[in-house]
Amino acid sequence: MNPELRPLYQEMIMDHGRRPRHFGAPAQFTHKLEAFNPLCGDRLTLYATIENDAVKNVQFDGKGCAISVASASMMCDEIEGKSCAHAEDLFHRFHKLVTGQASADGIGRMEILAGVKDFPARVKCATLAWHTLDHMLKGDAVEAVSTE
Amino acid sequence: MTERATIASSQPIHDIDIEALRRDFPILDQRVHDRTLVYLDNAATTQKPRSVITAIDAYYQRDNANVHRGVHTLSERATVQMEAVRDTVQRFINAREREEIIFTSGTTAAINLIAHGFARAFLKPGDEVLITGMEHHANIVPWQQACEFSGATLQVAAITDAGELDLDDFKNKLSPRTRIAAFTHVSNALGTINPIAELIALARGVGAAVLIDGAQAIAHIPVDVQQLDCDFYVFSGHKLYGPTGTGVLYGKRAWLEKLPVYQTGGDMIRQVTFERTTFASIPHKFEAGTPHIAGIIGLGAAIAYLTSLPWRELIEHEHRLLAYATERALQIDGLKIIGTAANKAAVLSFTLEHVHPHDIGTFLDFEGIAVRSGHHCAMPVMQRFDIPATARASFAIYNTLAEVDTLIEAIESVRKTFA
Repeated sequence: MNPELRPLYQEMIMDHGRRPRHFGAPAQFTHKLEAFNPLCGDRLTLYATIENDAVKNVQFDGKGCAISVASASMMCDEIEGKSCAHAEDLFHRFHKLVTGQASADGIGRMEILAGVKDFPARVKCATLAWHTLDHMLKGDAVEAVSTE
Repeated sequence: MTERATIASSQPIHDIDIEALRRDFPILDQRVHDRTLVYLDNAATTQKPRSVITAIDAYYQRDNANVHRGVHTLSERATVQMEAVRDTVQRFINAREREEIIFTSGTTAAINLIAHGFARAFLKPGDEVLITGMEHHANIVPWQQACEFSGATLQVAAITDAGELDLDDFKNKLSPRTRIAAFTHVSNALGTINPIAELIALARGVGAAVLIDGAQAIAHIPVDVQQLDCDFYVFSGHKLYGPTGTGVLYGKRAWLEKLPVYQTGGDMIRQVTFERTTFASIPHKFEAGTPHIAGIIGLGAAIAYLTSLPWRELIEHEHRLLAYATERALQIDGLKIIGTAANKAAVLSFTLEHVHPHDIGTFLDFEGIAVRSGHHCAMPVMQRFDIPATARASFAIYNTLAEVDTLIEAIESVRKTFA
């Protein structure tokens, strides 16, 4: 691998990309939202059980590149069991991080995806699951989220 | 590099000096991510020879003026140069008359022009438009719109697992209701070469007009529109070693004369009053506004360049590149070629087990290799094969067998990294 690529494909990202956590449709959920990235044709469906303003359970399925699958997998890890307000705050911090507008302060383990900011064509991959989460938390009356 | 690859790479290609030809393309001589550039995204756009770049530069340095309207010297020069390209294109595709060549901004604009005209003048409820399952969006969406506007029905002929047109389905979906059949000459996502002479004859048999989308064919297959006997043939300049923003719509005179105008404004009128406007004759009827004069002159230079080369032998060279790339790609574990038609041109579309095409694209980019990854503006083709996307290497006259080796080694390396 070209060493310049290592910040994008770190071991933890490759691991989550290969063996995503929280993967597959759960038997029960309160929220479901589909997302589509028209740039690459990727689809992702996010399922969550949201009770008392907290994300009790969150899972996803779909097809995507290593970056989008790893980002979705790690996002689910980070927000499960947390309050909706915390998840929303994390979305904003993460979005700013990967678009190069802010540092990784308060972002925790998601910092590993910071390298994406140097690959503009891949920012949409890293943020697909997050945009879906954002729409879900806002309760937007949309059937599908698009990154366009 | 394997021993076998070295042997294949060193074989002369009918005495054509590809390295010398590569020097005609200044952009090829550069490094990307500290690797030698290997440009394999020719189905998206081809690179431009120096003669094209020089022609555009010379035009702006010396002759820039508006066409068809000035009596001054520069305007005359611009007009003469631009109109000469109409003759060049006419000869290139063997149109019967120069007036049958319309300059557009590209394939998309040309198809929109025809679809719009059909919707306005020739389609009505009960009529049908026939396309195929391997079209790119530019030959789907304009017809959907035309059908929506006119009440006609869009029919789609299926494709097989190999990515070939299902000829029986095509025949079944042709009927006396078919007003126009619009299909691609070469598939951008699969590389399939359609048997267009046969398809044109079939469509003729039911009285349908025929539009051929030549975007992917024009740089790889000699086209003779009179021999084909199609009603329309469209292509883009930028996939033919020419500038972006240029394209050609060939149409038979009788069709162009009865098709209604598309964009209206200056340059396409005969007389304008506030009560009524009469339109210019073809080709100007379809060329509203100031055209991309420099681009058209560049397109002329591109065709002059290509026809100055031993093109037939270079087409053989492209076939050889594809055959060699296919043979080597098939030896990579987990690699699946999407589009395995018996008759293919210059496109190797593939998926790799456990690796998403987007990751392949980024990885190859950092090896200096430019390929396309995505749905290739042909989402229905991706749905047909139940995949979100493919990685696509596409070849041009200046590519080499050594570049194929570089590609294959890089794909092997991606595979190992993601295994």
